[in-house]
Amino acid sequence: MPTHIATRLIEAASRIILGKDEAVRLALACILARGHLLLEDMPGVGKTTLAHALAHLLGLKFQRIQFTSDMLPADILGVSVFDQRDGAFRFHPGPVFSEMILADEINRATPKAQSALLEAMEERQISAEGRTYPLPAPFFVIATQNPADQIGTFPLPESQLDRFLMRISLGYPDPASERALLAGEDRREMLARQPPVLAAGELDTLLTASRRIHVGPRLLDYVQALLARSRESSDFSTGLSPRAGLALLSAARAWALLAARDHVLPEDVQAVLPAVAGHRLRPAGETPLRPDELTRRLRDAVPLP
Amino acid sequence: MTEPRLRPDQSAWLLVCTILSLAPHAGHLPLSLIGACSLLLGWRGLLAHQGRPLPHRFLLLALAASLVALVAVEFQRLFGKEPGIALLAGLLSIKLLETRDIRDARTVILLSFFMQMGLFLYQQNMGVAALALAGSVATVAALLSLEGRADTPRARTLAAARLVLQGLPLMAVLFILFPRIQGPLWGLPADAYTHRTGLSDSMAPGDVARVSESGAIAFRARFEGDPPPPAERYWRGPVLSDFDGRTWRQGRRSVAEAPAYRSQGPAYTYTLTLEPHNQRWLLALDFPATAPGLRYSSDFQLLAQAPVHARQRLDLVSHPGTPVGLDEREAVLSQALELPSGSNPRTRALGARLRAEARANSDIPALAIAHFRASGLAYTLDPLPFGRDDVDSFLFDTRQGFCEHFAAAFVVTLRAAGVPARVVTGYQGGEINAVDGSFVVRQSDAHAWAEVWLAGKGWQRIDPTAASAPRRIDGGLAGALPDMNRLPLLVRNDLPWLRTLRDNLEAIDNRWNQWVLGYNPARQQALLSALGLAQADWTTLIALMAAAGTLVAGLLAAWALRQRSPADAIDRDWARFCQRLAAIGLPRETWEGPLDYAGRIGHQRPDLGSTVVAIATDYAALRYGMASTDPLARRRLHQSIKNFRPR
Repeated sequence: MPTHIATRLIEAASRIILGKDEAVRLALACILARGHLLLEDMPGVGKTTLAHALAHLLGLKFQRIQFTSDMLPADILGVSVFDQRDGAFRFHPGPVFSEMILADEINRATPKAQSALLEAMEERQISAEGRTYPLPAPFFVIATQNPADQIGTFPLPESQLDRFLMRISLGYPDPASERALLAGEDRREMLARQPPVLAAGELDTLLTASRRIHVGPRLLDYVQALLARSRESSDFSTGLSPRAGLALLSAARAWALLAARDHVLPEDVQAVLPAVAGHRLRPAGETPLRPDELTRRLRDAVPLP
Repeated sequence: MTEPRLRPDQSAWLLVCTILSLAPHAGHLPLSLIGACSLLLGWRGLLAHQGRPLPHRFLLLALAASLVALVAVEFQRLFGKEPGIALLAGLLSIKLLETRDIRDARTVILLSFFMQMGLFLYQQNMGVAALALAGSVATVAALLSLEGRADTPRARTLAAARLVLQGLPLMAVLFILFPRIQGPLWGLPADAYTHRTGLSDSMAPGDVARVSESGAIAFRARFEGDPPPPAERYWRGPVLSDFDGRTWRQGRRSVAEAPAYRSQGPAYTYTLTLEPHNQRWLLALDFPATAPGLRYSSDFQLLAQAPVHARQRLDLVSHPGTPVGLDEREAVLSQALELPSGSNPRTRALGARLRAEARANSDIPALAIAHFRASGLAYTLDPLPFGRDDVDSFLFDTRQGFCEHFAAAFVVTLRAAGVPARVVTGYQGGEINAVDGSFVVRQSDAHAWAEVWLAGKGWQRIDPTAASAPRRIDGGLAGALPDMNRLPLLVRNDLPWLRTLRDNLEAIDNRWNQWVLGYNPARQQALLSALGLAQADWTTLIALMAAAGTLVAGLLAAWALRQRSPADAIDRDWARFCQRLAAIGLPRETWEGPLDYAGRIGHQRPDLGSTVVAIATDYAALRYGMASTDPLARRRLHQSIKNFRPR
């Protein structure tokens, strides 16, 4: 039964990332929905630790890429080098060839370097010197960016944001969790001692199970009503695309799986709505609303029977 | 504000509904007009197919003018049923060529409905009803296409069929309760009753044979008890005693409300359903007793009060043994002896010879029959052409003839011998439809025979055809003719499967006639009396109709509401649950999902928590889970919500 694996996973992750149950759950759901995750927060709140913990607990090969302004696409994808012994070019794969990538501070790199990664995310393969190289499967990207830090950065354009299934932020921990964090041992060491929760193949089982979660006609009605509302309402300048609708459904499925349920409820959709729709909705009007306020308005505007 | 332009699929539907509304009219429109309509419709289809613009208004005006001219030439007039329908058909075809927006499209649809109704001005059988129904479905589909979005033709047709189906109960109410009046609802134009085959009130050589070539049903009968044996199945029609040497016509007679004879002897009781033949006479076995609403002529014909333009049901009792004309008037008898001078000299000579041979007048018919039998006359549908004197040619030269020749020759012979005689036309025979047991008489059973007046015996039926072709009387036309090929396909004996098919179709058709077309004021009254509403006048009927119509509409609406899905019972239960919680100050937010709501209530009212969570979990699983059709779970939810009384 894949659901108890999910429960174990949440427990283990919550032991390491203290007081961030919601964010941990969302991040897990994002991965179970085969989506890429964008973490938007200030430094030092545990973005890297979260990414690291997820990769470790899921038993994925982890690679961190620190993005800088002088970065070139080849620094991410890899490069072909002339091999004197063979007398031919040989492709040296870059850090992107890993099961889970932490793309740290993605907004520091130039759009050129950014788009190299974003294309790899979309295609799940890369092209170099006229040849294509498939990326490992599964392949997840957790990108981080600091919204407050605007000088000398290249914020991701809206169209690129769409490539991330979810955007979440962690925020400061509550006092109790912070206390435990300060008093407790180093998280990295803790993580190193913790064995991976998932055995080989169990992640695949979870990914498949997530896709099989039942979505009934009434739930589709609800999702369609949300989409329609986002397009009609004067609160938003652009509504949600059909792709956003699909993203909402697959994220809600993964959320339902984490809740050990075999069907999706409106609650699941509402739970993932801020993370999935927040970076896809554009507010209209003079005073821009915060993303979570925006998605709350959308949720409140669509009644359930 | 301009109306929106038509989409391609809307134009296509309009074309389809026009074609389906016009095609059934092809049977009675002149060929030139069918051609013109086909050309116009084909042109419209081609323009739509190639996406080209519609023709200019002036061209259409010219086309319309020439179409009116065409109708005027074909019919020699512009008013009346036939030119009217023809004009409408042509103008509908032209209208399609200038149909650009929704408003035009509505006109086309209205006209299409009118054309379907127009079909019933010609015929009211089941086939026509089916054609009109098909046309209606297509027209409703076209109407549907005007509203809302494009859809697949299949889905559109199904939707239209569903709408038409939903209209059927209302149709039944209107059919049963609409106040009926005798005859057609509105005055039909003078040309409304044309093109009917059947006997006529005169008989020239070849007339009956021509009628016999039609397999159409002349009338049906249903006997109480056994039908008469084949040799007794003489259905008496027009009596012809005036002979001009070639053509036989009805003689002098008077009409009364009661027969000139007193019925006696055993009787056959039967119901006769006569197909319309546009004549006043009715058909009956010899000799019908008095029945209300009928007329009786002095030559013992049964007559209707007015020409029979619509199918008519008659309840009759016939007494074959009734003696008639025992004291016949002199004028009638002298007319029954008249022969035009100089005609048929050889037959006259034969008559004189028979008279000389006979000891009494009453022997002459038998002598004549014997002579007929001896001269080897052949019974055939298409005899050789006769010379100047038909009867002479038949009796002495060609010796081939159909029943009317036999009857005419016999009557002339007897008149020449001084015995009053006349020709009677009608139908002889008929057969029983094995499917519904009704007795069917066709035009091919048309027959002519003779009546002879003998002192002390009155008018006696003698069938000279029986002398030469006895099988005509016992086995019908098909049994008597050597060559089947000229017979109507449906009357032939040699195709049993075809007969079975025909019997079945005609049985269905008979039901239709009896129950749908035969539903006249009398039957409506009978039905209403059976319902305890004797003497319902038209105001009662209209009130009843309104009530029944409202009832049907209400039932349909209730059905449609329930039809939304049985799952809505779940919604109703859930709404009740939420109402009860709202009543104790715990309303659900409009957007709140069941589990969130239950969780919140669990926090606020821990005492209700477990019940509320259990109900909400059941509801969520039923509503959004895979078990939404599980009746057990549904009943459990219903029960637990019913019992849920929070305080």
